[in-house]
Formats: sequence, structure tokens, C-alpha cells
Amino acid sequence: MPTWLRIVLGFLVGAALGAVVFVGVRAVGGLPPLADDLRPLYAMAVFSGIIGLMLGIDRQLGLPRGLVGMATGFVVGILATVGIRSLMGLTPWDTESVWVVASFIAPIGFLLGVGALSDWLRWIFGIHTPEQHGPPPGKPGWFRYFGFDQNHKVIGIQYTVTGILLMGIAGTLAMIFRTELLAPGMQFLQLDTFNTFIGMHGIIMIAAILLGVGGMANYLVPLMVGANDMAFPRLNGFAFWIAVPSALLIIMAVFFGGWDTGWTGYAPLSVRTFMGVNFFLIGIFFFGFSSILGAINLIATTLMMRAPGMSLFRMPIFVWAVLATAFIQLTGTQFIGLSFLMVVLERNLNMGFFNAAMGGDPLLFQHLFWFYSHPAVYIFILPGLGIVSELLPVFSRKPLFGYKWIALSSMAIALLGFMVWAHHMFTAGIPNALRLPFMYTTMLVAVPTGVKFFSWLGTVWRGKLFFPTPMLFVLASIAVFLIGGLTGPPLATVPTDLHLHDSYFVVGHFHATMFGGFVFPFFAALYYWFPKVTGRMYNERLGRIHFALQTTGFYIMSLTMARTGLLGMRRRIADYDPAMNIQNLHIIMTLAGFAIFIGVLIGVYNLVVSARRGEVAVMNPWGSRSPEWQLPSPVPEHNYEEPFEVVGEPYDYGLPGAVYVRMNGHEKAGAPAALPAQ
Amino acid sequence: MRHAINVTIIIVVATFALLFIANNVPWMPVQASVEAELIDRLFSLHIDTIVFLYVLVNGILLYSVFVFRRKKDDPSEGAYFHGNTRLEILWTVLPLITVIYFAILGGNVLSKTMAAADDELQVIVTGRQWAWAFEYPEWGIASTELNLPVNRRVHLVLYSDDVTHSFWVPEFRVKQDTVPGQEKHLRLTPTQVGTYKVRCAELCGTSHAYMEAPVNVMTAEDFEIWRQKRLGIYVPPEGEAAAEDPVAVGQRVATSAGCIACHSTDGSALVGPTWKGLFGKTETLADGSTVVVDEAYLHESIVDPAAKLVAGFQDVMPKNYGDILTEAEITGLIEYIKTLQ
Repeated sequence: MPTWLRIVLGFLVGAALGAVVFVGVRAVGGLPPLADDLRPLYAMAVFSGIIGLMLGIDRQLGLPRGLVGMATGFVVGILATVGIRSLMGLTPWDTESVWVVASFIAPIGFLLGVGALSDWLRWIFGIHTPEQHGPPPGKPGWFRYFGFDQNHKVIGIQYTVTGILLMGIAGTLAMIFRTELLAPGMQFLQLDTFNTFIGMHGIIMIAAILLGVGGMANYLVPLMVGANDMAFPRLNGFAFWIAVPSALLIIMAVFFGGWDTGWTGYAPLSVRTFMGVNFFLIGIFFFGFSSILGAINLIATTLMMRAPGMSLFRMPIFVWAVLATAFIQLTGTQFIGLSFLMVVLERNLNMGFFNAAMGGDPLLFQHLFWFYSHPAVYIFILPGLGIVSELLPVFSRKPLFGYKWIALSSMAIALLGFMVWAHHMFTAGIPNALRLPFMYTTMLVAVPTGVKFFSWLGTVWRGKLFFPTPMLFVLASIAVFLIGGLTGPPLATVPTDLHLHDSYFVVGHFHATMFGGFVFPFFAALYYWFPKVTGRMYNERLGRIHFALQTTGFYIMSLTMARTGLLGMRRRIADYDPAMNIQNLHIIMTLAGFAIFIGVLIGVYNLVVSARRGEVAVMNPWGSRSPEWQLPSPVPEHNYEEPFEVVGEPYDYGLPGAVYVRMNGHEKAGAPAALPAQ
Repeated sequence: MRHAINVTIIIVVATFALLFIANNVPWMPVQASVEAELIDRLFSLHIDTIVFLYVLVNGILLYSVFVFRRKKDDPSEGAYFHGNTRLEILWTVLPLITVIYFAILGGNVLSKTMAAADDELQVIVTGRQWAWAFEYPEWGIASTELNLPVNRRVHLVLYSDDVTHSFWVPEFRVKQDTVPGQEKHLRLTPTQVGTYKVRCAELCGTSHAYMEAPVNVMTAEDFEIWRQKRLGIYVPPEGEAAAEDPVAVGQRVATSAGCIACHSTDGSALVGPTWKGLFGKTETLADGSTVVVDEAYLHESIVDPAAKLVAGFQDVMPKNYGDILTEAEITGLIEYIKTLQ
């Protein structure tokens, strides 16, 4: 059978099966088979049609198998709940109950389907399974990216691409509600839709950033420390694939009325809002496993698998940033999972954790939530700041200024990050005995952050700077993160925060930290390692256009946000009072937002097209001393034929004859002569 | 050394230039309370520090970008130095002292904004989806607008009926969440006669954006007149203008009491029935019977919303409007609804 026929047949069979299952489940639940509103039926048919289409391309493909597993998980969960409810003498069908139980089972179905559990299940039965290297026999190279794979570079790319896709969804949502805010009054969105969209924008961006961080860390850490893979390759694949059904659950919320609490999900509002909130809460609960397991892997790899001679203070600085990040992920993520699980339990089983009338405390939710969600900010930015520290010496042709100070400042930020959470609650009505100490601890974060800034300045000072796209993004990271950093102290000081809290000033502040701390460095990393990953060069001109649009757009947007907040604009409002005279500022923010959006689109286009048609890249286009640049591009399946040996300092640019790694008997210094002409 | 001198000159000049601009920008809205003056002073100190650090970092960065760029065909590397422990200690200790100084200032200002006074006016503030209600326990007055006498310390006692809200009048600068099941406190002293709005600053559901209520800061004399009017003991002096037009009263109450958060005036569907074309219409009730919307029905639906619930709507409207609205305000609302045809 020709491929096109299998694809068409797959789609039709899938769509038909989806429709039958939809009607069948409703019938079993005691509902009329067809609802008045047929849109869910169509959505289900299209969704299963796409699965069928993918299976038509190749029946062994992991992703559609996972989706079939997920759908099966939903059906099993729904049927089980209906059955148990009947046995208990309740009405068999309760929409929220059946979907909540099914949402807990669906991700497991996905993992079974995609094959993330296969090896472990075989081990239970005493079956030996070897580690898989390369694509499965008889399959093309692209095949492994759409299924369970154990190679850290494949997983790194899976993380990165999924992250960019989610970023695209979340960014599109932002463009939609930013357009709505062009004028006072509601233009084309309903209030509830607006509220759902801001929450989805936030939480999907966070998921995207966590995936982006996972992508950079997975791809780079083994290469940088001289390992051929991560410590636990199967766990690595599992940690990626559990994030996929989690993200799908969050997106599903929109089909169940959405939710209007924003990404913070504050109780008691989250207990009272629409049932879509369950999908968001359970989705994040499962997403947490991805963070925790990924962190275990990164810590083990960094601490146990470094090349001979690579002491902790001879690691590339990015590895330090990832290590600090992994400690936060390993110890903090449980708390957001816990707080969200408690909301699900309060909603569905009436356990009054946050209900004052039942002896609960609404502020307890905020404490538990922020105990993770503040350190989470450092999960997002520390790897990005690590990228800045990693790339600056290469493009300045100078040693990293104050290596140990930068390395330890990451650790200091990670530690301090756990002691500042209550600054998110300065206006929540907590006693001064909490507000004052948390003001001091929050202020202290400025100190290690300042060390990073000043050390970066020391790094560029008297260097020989050159400015290809990655360096431009690094410089923009510093300039933008500076806005985020400098708007921090007024928020950390309690009295000024009384005015600024929950205003657009905060929106400007954290978007600047997220862009300066993650988005700009992430794109710097994408452009920088692009030749190493794909073996081809990106288009420099498009890269510069992307840079110009994103940087100017963002600079204008974040400063205008902060300005509007000072004037009294609140966070998360669907409409604003025309009497405040802030419409012009909103127009500026929206236009600037679109500049960023278009810039990112150009960037993604550049990367996608260049991956196929770009110029073939040389081995070490930037003249880097880091070990991964001494490998051919793209990196071979097994990274290093033989382990290299570290014999010098990582960033000794400008010291003639200095050697960092000795590989296959050759000393690798990082050749300045190979630098591109300016 | 030459570069260090150059960049120092640039930074000093740019700092003063930018400080001049920053200190002449009206960053904040009107300063309408004692707290606003304290907080703005602290904020402008923050702005000065921000300006200096902004110029410092960007100055050195941009200087390096322009002066230390690699010339064409220059294969040489940058200057070789690893770091400088003395500098690192310097830029650890100086920021440390600065932030601790700001924290001490912050603590001082906070205690001033929270200070209690003997003659303070107590107002009970209740937030609920999606309206504010205010009570003056001293006189047993309930209101949908927050009326305050100028230059008198106010002690707000805040509650929530449902979810977390946040009391914020940007012109007063201070903010306090209202938390269900808990009692919260906020003190302030208004200093500028004028009309402001309290705006809910904590996302609280569908109509969060519209959870606003008027705040009127009045002279002591005007406040006394308002108080007497609300108590029904006001004797107007000779020749005072007649009572306000009821439609205008109703239109104002529709906003201040939060009616429009759930009832649209343009026919669009929200949580409750739209007011457009409502008067004179025949509504089907939840029990299947019908009722013609007249003055009596509207009055009943405002003070006892559950009595005759229109089919297709939930019984979610608060039941206490009979207490917090005056009879004149209810009449005004009915007259206003009548105009929406």
C-alpha cells in the first residue's frame, strides 16, 4: 500500500473510531449519545484522526502510540469511575469526577503507549534489555525523535522543540489578549475567555521554559563534562515523555470551560472556578515528575561522570548553573505538586484545606505554592545566566572574570531562593514578623546577582569582542535582565510594594527577568550550538533581524508595562477604566508585543530552514575551548571515542599555549585563527 | 587606565543627565494620602539608585562594545586576566550595605504607614465577587461608596465573603488583600479632597476587572452632611437645590454597587439577566410560571433575589442589597433600568 493511502486511511479510520468511542462512552455513562453541541465530538474525531494519520506514516511511531495510550487511559478512567459510582449507588455520571479520575490515569496510558515504561516492565519479568543506540533497525533517522529514545542528544532536541512549540502556543495567546487590551471595553473576547487565556499563557510559558531548560541541560551537560550519555538514560527519556501528556492535559482545560485563577491557582478561587481548572492542576502535578527526575539525572551525571581531571572548579560554567538549578528542582517541585493536589482534593472530595469555614486556611495555599514557585524563577533564569557566562568569554576572547565567584553566586541564589517566598504575600495580610525578615532575605538576592553582572562587565572589559547573532543575544540578555534586576528592590521593599504589588509594574518586572534570564539566553544558545547540533550554519542576516525586533520590542514593552503599573494599572484585568488615560500605553505595549512575536517567528523560520539548507558548518566556528567544539558537527552518536583529560582552565583565552582538554593524545586549545571575519 | 577614566566620565555625566530626567517625570498618580508621601519619597530614592546602576552597567557594557571590538583581520586575543578578588569583595560588600540600608528604611516607613491613632474612623470593608461594601459601625451606616473625611486617620477592617480580593486605591498607594474567614487591617490618612476608585488587585474571577467602587474624600463639613443624610437626620438649609435626579442616582449605584459586573446594559449575556429591554418584558421563572417585569418585581428582585428567579440563571446574587442600599438608591436603580430600552 502506498504511503499516502495509508495516511488517508489512517486519518479516516482514526476519526471514525474516535467518534464511536465518544458516543459509546456517553452511552455507558447514561447520557444521550449525542449532545446538543457537536463541537466536542468533532474535536475528538479530528484528534483521533491525527493519531491515525501518524500511525499511517509508521505504525511503530512512539508519539501516536502514546496518544492512543492516553485516550485509552481516559476511557478506562471514565469507565472505572462510572462503574464505582454505580456500585456506590451514586448517579453513574458526574462530569467533573469522571474526568478528574481519568486525568490521573491518562498520563500513565501515554507513558505505556509511547514505550517509556517498556524496559522497566520487561525487567520485572527478568527479561534483559540492552541500551538502544541509534534509530531502531530499518527506520530512518528522524524516526527516533518521535518516540522513546535514550540518547541525551535526541532527548535534548525533543525537549527543545517541544519547548519552542509550547512557547508558540503561549505567545499566540498573549497576542490575542494583548490585542483585546488595545482599547477599553471588551472587543472580541468574553471575560472568562480572557481570564482563561492569561492563566494558560502563564502556565504554558512556564512549562515551555522548563522544557527549554531541560533541552539545553540534557544536550550540553554530558558533552561538557565528557560523558557519553546521562547517568540514567531510560529515566531521562521517561522524564521528557511524562511532560508531553502533562502539557496536553493543561491545554485540554480550555475544552472544559477553562479556569479563571491565572497560573497561580490561588485557593479558594481555584476551588470555586470552572472544572477546567482540574486539568491545569493535574497537568502540573504530573509535569513535576519531569522536573524532579530530570534533576536527579543531571546531578548524578555532573557529580559522578566528569572526565578525568575535571574538578568542580574546572567545569564549564554552564554546568555549575545547571547543578544549582537541579538542586532547586529536586527539592522544591514537590511543593507545587502538593498544593495543586490539595486543591483537587478540596474540589472533588470536599477536604477543606483552604476553606476557613472547615478550619482550613486560604493563606496556606499561598505559602505552599510560593515555596516552590519563587525558587522556580531561579530554575528558569540560572541556566540562562549560565549561558551568558559561558558565551561571553568566547566572544570577548578573554577569560571569564571571577569564575569561582560566578559559580558560587549561582549556588547562593539557589539557596537564598528558598528563603524569600513570602515576598509574594506582602499584601496578603501576613504579620510583620514575617514581612520584615522576608524583606531582608529578598534584598540579599541582589548581592549574588550583582556579582554576576559585575563579573560579566569584567569579562568584556579590554576584550576583543565580535558580534555574531549569539553574542548579540547575550548582550541583550544582560541589558534586559538588568531591567528585571533593577525593578526588583522596589518590589522587595515592603512599603513601596504596597503600591506596586499585583500591578503592571510586577508584570514588567517578571517579564524582564524571564526574557533576560531565559528567552534571550535561550536564543543565544540555539544560535550558538546550532552548527554543532545540525552541522549547518544559520542565516546571519535573519538572525540579526530577529535580534533587532525582539530586543527593541521587548525593551519598549517591559518599560511601558512598569510605567503603566505605577499609574495604577492592575495585573490580569480584561478591561481597564478609560478615565485612567492609559490607552496609548496599551497600544505601545501591544505593538511592541507583536514586534517580539514576529521576531521570534523569523528566528524559528531561520533555524528550521537552515537545519536543512544552511551552509555546512566548520567544526569550531567560534574558536571555543569547550570540549564539545572539538568534536565533529553534528556530534557523533557516542560523543567521545575515548574519554578526554582536563589539563587546564576552561576559559584561558588570551594565554598563549594554554590547554583545557587533551583528546586522543592531542591538546585542544580553541583556535582564534578560525574566527569569522567581522 | 585611559579607558577607566573615559568610562568614569561617561558614567558620571550620564548619571546626572538621567537623574535630572528621572526626577522630573511624574511616575505616580496623584498623592492623596500621608502614606503616599512616605512611600513616594522611598520610591524616588529607589529610582535614584536604579538610575545610577542602570548607567553603570550599560555604560561599561556599551563602552566595551564600541571600544573593545575586534578589528578586521586582527587574530589576537583579549587581555589576559582572570579576576580580581579585591574588586569582587568590593562589589559584594557595597551592594550588601545598600540593600540592608533600603531594608532598614523600608521597615521604618512601613511602621509609619501602619501607625494607629486615637481618633481614627473605623470602616468595615467587605469584598465579594464582584463588588465592595462599606460599613461605618459607629453610626450603623452601610454604603456602596467609600466616603472619607480629609485629614483624618482611617482604620479599615477588611473581610471577604468568598475568595481573596485586594483593596487598592492607587492614589493612596497602600494595598491589602481581603481573605475569606480572616480579618485584615489597613490604615491610611487621606490628604486630598477628590474622587478616586478602589480597584480589586487580586484576580477574583469573571468580572474581576469591574470590581471597582468610588472613593470620595470630602471636607469634614461635607462628610458630616453625608452622614446626616444617610441617617435621615439632615435638615437642608434654606434654598438648597432639590434632590438629585433618580436616574443619575441609579446609574451611579449600578457601578458602585457592582450591579454591572453581572448585569449588562447593552443586551449581552453575563452572569445575570441583561437590563436592556428588561422593564415591561415578560420573564419565565425557574418554576415555569411567568411574571411581567414592573417596579414591584424589580424591587423584590433587588432586595430578595431568590424569590422569583428567572429561568436559566443561578441563585448567586447577594441577598443584602436591601441593607446596603437606601430606598432612594433602589428607586434610582429601578428608574435607571426603565431607561434602558
